[in-house]
Amino acid sequence: MNSLTSGAPSGGVAPPFRASAKRAPKRVLPGFKLTLGYTVLYLSLIVLIPITALFFKTFTLTWEQFVFAVTSPRVMASYRLTFGASLIAALVNLVFGLLLAWVLVRYKFPGKKIVDALVDLPFALPTAVAGISLTALLAGNGWLGQYLEPMGIKLAFTPAGVVIALIFVGMPFVVRTVQPVLEDAEKELEEAATALGANRLQIFTRVIFPHIAPALLTGFAMAFARAIGEYGSVIFIAGNMPMISEITPLIIIGKLEQYDYAGATAVAVVMLVMSFILLLVINGLQTWQRRHTGAAS
Amino acid sequence: MSGPSSQPVRRAKSGTTEAAWVRYTLITVALLFVLLFLILPLAAVFTEALRKGFGAYLEALKEPDAWSAIELTLIAAAIAVPLNLVFGVSAAWAIAKYEFRGKSFLTTLVDLPFSVSPVVAGLMYVLLFGAQGWFGPWLQAHDIRIIFAVPGIVLATVFVTFPFIARELIPLMQAQGNDEEQAAIVLGATGWQTFWRVTLPNIKWGLIYGVILCNARAMGEFGAVSVVSGHIRGQTNTLPLHVEILYNEYQSVAAFAVASLLAILALVTLAIKSVAEWRQEAEMKAAAQLPPERPQAVAGIR
Repeated sequence: MNSLTSGAPSGGVAPPFRASAKRAPKRVLPGFKLTLGYTVLYLSLIVLIPITALFFKTFTLTWEQFVFAVTSPRVMASYRLTFGASLIAALVNLVFGLLLAWVLVRYKFPGKKIVDALVDLPFALPTAVAGISLTALLAGNGWLGQYLEPMGIKLAFTPAGVVIALIFVGMPFVVRTVQPVLEDAEKELEEAATALGANRLQIFTRVIFPHIAPALLTGFAMAFARAIGEYGSVIFIAGNMPMISEITPLIIIGKLEQYDYAGATAVAVVMLVMSFILLLVINGLQTWQRRHTGAAS
Repeated sequence: MSGPSSQPVRRAKSGTTEAAWVRYTLITVALLFVLLFLILPLAAVFTEALRKGFGAYLEALKEPDAWSAIELTLIAAAIAVPLNLVFGVSAAWAIAKYEFRGKSFLTTLVDLPFSVSPVVAGLMYVLLFGAQGWFGPWLQAHDIRIIFAVPGIVLATVFVTFPFIARELIPLMQAQGNDEEQAAIVLGATGWQTFWRVTLPNIKWGLIYGVILCNARAMGEFGAVSVVSGHIRGQTNTLPLHVEILYNEYQSVAAFAVASLLAILALVTLAIKSVAEWRQEAEMKAAAQLPPERPQAVAGIR
């Protein structure tokens, strides 16, 4: 009943004002033109104009040149690594992110608040720091590397190292999208399912999982998108060997250092288009999640 | 198996929790994951930094190049965070308080910098302001340097931290609705008074949280800044870039010493963020326990 709950997701001034169909709809709260105008202006200056510049720069290439730049064997190898490693990392984060969210919401254990706060560490720790630190851990003389390398497991300076770095970078996403949904889940449903004779596993797969699935997918897509663009943490641990452990952002940097601006831009446009697609997917998933949880509760 | 299972079975009948051994296994696996992927990397930063003792650690931080990197990092954050703060509040006000066409499209655009690779972001500014770029010739004629200079670093930082505060505020202000602000306006407050006295106290924890995260990212950004910086020691090196240079020169202790500053920044960020969250929760609980005078009063005005 209070303003927190009655605010409704739209939160806006009542639509009837719009229906008066005058050019400036009457709104109770002041500042609409000012804030919207400033928002659009700042957005254009910082984001939209630079992105436009990127797309226009590719028009200096012919179609053949563009295709050649974005499909050369070395670039193709980098796509495979970037997307493959990002996918594996996002899948690992999907499983462990769900586990962490579950443990944090449902169970009590000592140090829980600290673990909860630490989950955001990859957001707050600069990627370069994460990169050199993971490398120090996994290199042949590192804390973990000294035990792993004699067993034949070499992680630093290999594509596997890229996956490790991307797991670190994408870890908070799944936890932070699933956690609130799990907190809001109604225990009554689970009690009802138990009363009807379901066991715990059945309850999880049939009652809880469908409820959190949209949030889980959203977190997965976010972790995946973040991993694709990641640069700082990966370049230290990857070893950056062409065709083997070279990620796509590094290809762009390499082309830039050779003053191949058009080539760098062509690869950047491919990455940018991928990001747009992922952004649309994430938006769609979030809308689905909102409807899904809205209908369930 | 059969001995200890009698109690868990009774527990499981409540239907809302698992058998004890399942719980402990899950907790252990989750904590192992946290240990391997969060705590060990964090601990490694500090151990590597102190590998040759505290003296060598301090020595590395006394370097003039390290100091100029700290200075530049602080400058970049001091410009980028306030700019994005004003934008964030303004965007959240426009998006959360009103209904208009294209609102969801605008929200998507605000999110856009999150999904653009930092390297691509840096490249965009090189294409605009670099020697070969759109404004390159004009800038050269007027002797203004943006790329490979401080303005470029600030711009790249603004871009990568662009959505942080807006993202934090939009859902918060949407959830709070317009009732309190409308009441203030109807009672004769001006727009500014309403914002400072009604809206701001309601959103302050979210605002602090957004500013803190925005600041951490601004000080720690690597990819985008790396593209536009030119890596001139003592001039266009931020802290993360300085870490990279030292690391590539095999000055491991110095690299980790500088990195430890950034790790401390991250820990402080997490601490402030947690406190802000706990405070917000406590305030919301307190508000929920209040007798329903306030909502009724608002409803009466409406």
